[in-house]
Amino acid sequence: MREPVSGTTPLLELRDVSKSFGAVRALRGVELALHAGEVHALVGENGAGKSTVVKILSGALRADSGGVWLDGEPLVLDGPAAARAAGIAVIYQEPTLFPDLSVAENIFMGRQPLAGLRRIDTDAMHAQVNDLFARLGHRIDPDRPARGLSIADQQMVEIAKALSFDARVLIMDEPTAALSGVEVDRLFAVARSLRNAGAAVLFISHRFDEVFDLCERVTVLRDGQYVSTDRVADVNVDDLVRRMVGRDVSSLYPKGDSDTGDVVLRVEGLTRQGVFADVGFVVRSGEIVALAGLVGAGRSEVVRAVFGVDRYDAGTVHVDGTRLPPARPRAAMDAGLALVPEDRRQQGLVMAMSVARNTTLTRRWALSRFGLMNRSAERRAAKEATERFKVKAGDLDDPVSTLSGGNQQKVVLAKWLSTRPRVLIVDEPTRGIDVGTKADVHQLLSDLAADGLAVLMVSSELPEVLGMADRVLVMHEGRLVADIPADRASEESVMFAATAQEAGS
Amino acid sequence: MSAPATDARPEIAPPSREQARMAIRLLRAREIGIVFVLVVLVGVTALNNPRFLSPQSVRDLLLNAVILVTLAVGQTLLIVTRNVDLSVGSIVGLVAFGTGKLLLAAPGTPVVVALLVGVAAGAACGAVNGSLVAAARVPALVVTLGTLYVFRGLDYSWASGQQINAADMPRAFLRFGTASVLGVPVLALIALVLVLVVGFYLRSYRSGRELYAIGSDPDAARLSGIPVGRRVFAAFVANGALAGLAGVLYAARFGTLDATVGAGLELTVIAAAVVGGVAIFGGSGTVFGAAVGALLLQTITSSLVVLRINAFWQQAVVGALILAAIGLDRLLVARLDRRLRGRTIRDA
Repeated sequence: MREPVSGTTPLLELRDVSKSFGAVRALRGVELALHAGEVHALVGENGAGKSTVVKILSGALRADSGGVWLDGEPLVLDGPAAARAAGIAVIYQEPTLFPDLSVAENIFMGRQPLAGLRRIDTDAMHAQVNDLFARLGHRIDPDRPARGLSIADQQMVEIAKALSFDARVLIMDEPTAALSGVEVDRLFAVARSLRNAGAAVLFISHRFDEVFDLCERVTVLRDGQYVSTDRVADVNVDDLVRRMVGRDVSSLYPKGDSDTGDVVLRVEGLTRQGVFADVGFVVRSGEIVALAGLVGAGRSEVVRAVFGVDRYDAGTVHVDGTRLPPARPRAAMDAGLALVPEDRRQQGLVMAMSVARNTTLTRRWALSRFGLMNRSAERRAAKEATERFKVKAGDLDDPVSTLSGGNQQKVVLAKWLSTRPRVLIVDEPTRGIDVGTKADVHQLLSDLAADGLAVLMVSSELPEVLGMADRVLVMHEGRLVADIPADRASEESVMFAATAQEAGS
Repeated sequence: MSAPATDARPEIAPPSREQARMAIRLLRAREIGIVFVLVVLVGVTALNNPRFLSPQSVRDLLLNAVILVTLAVGQTLLIVTRNVDLSVGSIVGLVAFGTGKLLLAAPGTPVVVALLVGVAAGAACGAVNGSLVAAARVPALVVTLGTLYVFRGLDYSWASGQQINAADMPRAFLRFGTASVLGVPVLALIALVLVLVVGFYLRSYRSGRELYAIGSDPDAARLSGIPVGRRVFAAFVANGALAGLAGVLYAARFGTLDATVGAGLELTVIAAAVVGGVAIFGGSGTVFGAAVGALLLQTITSSLVVLRINAFWQQAVVGALILAAIGLDRLLVARLDRRLRGRTIRDA
């Protein structure tokens, strides 16, 4: 499938690279060829293996098999230092700065210009940093500490760092997520000037307009496998999406029809000063209700307050007609509420505990006698639950941190569903989960609704909202602004509601 | 459904240098604050008893502070990397006793040789700590808590209840302990040179800055190609060597040695560094601060004696100082965060 480009050797090449984490195969036989003077896009769904590719190229991870070739010669990347020495610079998705050190030191760490006695020449360093920022058209005081820089500024520091390498290969792992339009334009200008100077650039992005705008060639990964490499001119967005997803998109959202029953969860006038105000809605049994809105609209805060994790200043929450006392998660659980939080690593799981323990954590009283855990009952319950939810785990005694994101999410769901809730609240159920598992999670939610569970789902992924929900609630700046039934919900109607009051900006 | 990429944000104005300077001044304030406390303490004590500032009294104060300053310099190297060495008190004890044994066995040993042997022995102890931390990836707190007992145990079994008396030590060696150049004790000069050299190294050398980087964010340090394990190992060896040096200096200063020398010193050393503004979570602080912190703790001890205050209060004062230093540290960091962030918001 590797397409030779006018007979030239690629500057940097990945050949048949595979990498596994425990039982999870992150990459299988991945091919990638970067040519001098070209910007190459790498696209794929979350969990397709893009970040693993970046980590292998940056020397942070070693491939299990296959390898990296530079100028047609095998290259040993046994650490980040080796990658730097080979002229590979990486701009990571999340800036990796030293908060206590100055901006200049962050850029030149380990490569500071030297004066006599090999001591650091601070003036020269600051002058070079000022030059770099002048090229980027964005000035940041080189002497200030990196602590407190905005995400966009941190990203600019990362870009200046990559620029300072005179890198032969520049890898950008979703660098534009935190940048505004002007900053993205500057970044692209830098990438183009490096390309024109003969560097190879690898660009990873979820934004197709950027891919088509900047890149000459595009490689698609799916589920850790190489799918295709094409000239950008030869493909369109639909081709790429089909290859990334690898199946009919509608099968990702297996929403079955279910009969909606009585109101189970009723929220009225819920208000928390400065966070959200006068939020009211109902969820019926057998119904999936999506809570949509822009990041920061207050969706997670509302569901946390409903569950009683956070306090609220006014309003009421009723489950099956019984009023819940505020700020009492225990009471919410007893009333049949379950919350699967957004950040499963920090709030949903005890990462160092075993899969079995995590699965049964919510039922530890039911599984114990005289206050002592019954170990065999615990294992039985865990086995049952993990089988039902198709959790891929090597051993139930392995720490849950060894599972992939998707399987961790299944453990969290298993844990909460084992309490037999009446209402399931899920916050971003499929964030950072690979496509296959995503479909599993969706199927599961759909089945649960069909069984009569009331599901309230917070999601930032519009296709998920539209594909799964019976009704879409839209929040904007702490207020509920729309309640759209599924048959009238569309990308336009939801986005319009989510941004309505910003219209014109 | 993230905000559209094209919502043009107003251009960020070039940050004012004035505010950055302000932020840096705030950081420096940690060391200036501690110097201020030291000056006040000396002033109050001297007002009560003018003899506190007599040349002899100042000499004694400096000599007593030498051990602590030397150890604080070494400990700073580790704390900035987010590590710590609890075994330094035991290393001091072991090396001090070993130095005594060496000089009893070979009274003609030149001072320089004794110093080198002590430094080498300390470095070996540091290498044990460093290899366990860097290669075996055991947290420094656990490793050095273990070696604290191991080194002390070696010391006990070697000494087996024996005490070395100053009277048995070679004259030349004890003279080194009290010698002066132009009225300044040689030992104090050694400590001063150490502070200057290590301070210069930490500020102006690549590997020195890398120690701060490691403490500031170990993962980011690894990603930027810093050989984290090697640097941490080297810091442990250097700290061990300095502890060994402190052991020899102890032997020269006091002459009377047994297996309990240096017991409990590690906590005073860490206290000195923390009081001197070295952040216990790594990434910031200077050896100057740590040295002034050590001087301050030593001065408190001396002035409480001069002011005839119960020794109980000394511990209470040290404790209060540590809490104050940590509180001040959090306050300054929070302030700095606000100031730096506030600027971005205002400009944006």
